[in-house]
Amino acid sequence: MPLTDSLRDDILASVPSLRAFAISLSGNGDRADDLVQETLLRALANIDSFQPGSNLPAWLFTILRNLFRSDYRKRRREVEDPEGNYAKTLKTQPAQGAHLEFEEFRAALDKLPQDQREALILVGASGFSYEDAAAICGCAVGTIKSRVNRARTKLSALLYVDGADDFGPDETVRAVIGGGGG
Amino acid sequence: MKDVKSQASKTAAPGKPGRLNAEIQSRIGHQLRAMYDDVVRQGVPDRFAELIRKLDVPSSDPQLGPTGAPAAPAIKNDGRD
Repeated sequence: MPLTDSLRDDILASVPSLRAFAISLSGNGDRADDLVQETLLRALANIDSFQPGSNLPAWLFTILRNLFRSDYRKRRREVEDPEGNYAKTLKTQPAQGAHLEFEEFRAALDKLPQDQREALILVGASGFSYEDAAAICGCAVGTIKSRVNRARTKLSALLYVDGADDFGPDETVRAVIGGGGG
Repeated sequence: MKDVKSQASKTAAPGKPGRLNAEIQSRIGHQLRAMYDDVVRQGVPDRFAELIRKLDVPSSDPQLGPTGAPAAPAIKNDGRD
């Protein structure tokens, strides 16, 4: 469809969540904004292929995710950021205690496999349905569900089980599941 | 035995793993949204608002030629402030 004023407004309205998604994926504020910029350019250049009435945020997220993927393959996550540069991209710094917990959370999120991280963010933070998330990631709904479950299990193992790093993720996941009394 | 106990106290409620798990999951969900919403609340940086305004009409690309009449004459901001 042509780029109408209202479509343009809708695209603009999606920018904040596109940024949040990009930062969650890349863990790097500057790179995230470049990703968003490229996503917008791509979207505007291909606006004719957008189906009126379909889910615009999902369409934009799909573009961003694909860009991130192809970029990722090139870079292999050269920007590992355990120091918490991510936190510096935030305007509101969490209070001291919360800050630590926050960085811990961020670091744990970074340890997830990419598939699981993006599924968890789409469903758990962006608020997409499993169906939309599946469309965005180009996979089956069941695949998204299992990725989200695995992501949650792994995060809880990393964050809330003592000595997670000593055992390695697989051991701790098993410990958590085993502790669950099956 | 002691080890198990000290670990259990760190991970909370021993003997109630189901509940513990639900509690942890809700904490994770909360942290995830807090992290995300913090960025969302920053709104639209000027950089992007301007980008979209500038690219109002994708007139430069013949591949994307308009299907009908071109939109109202573009308010073109060629200069990048």
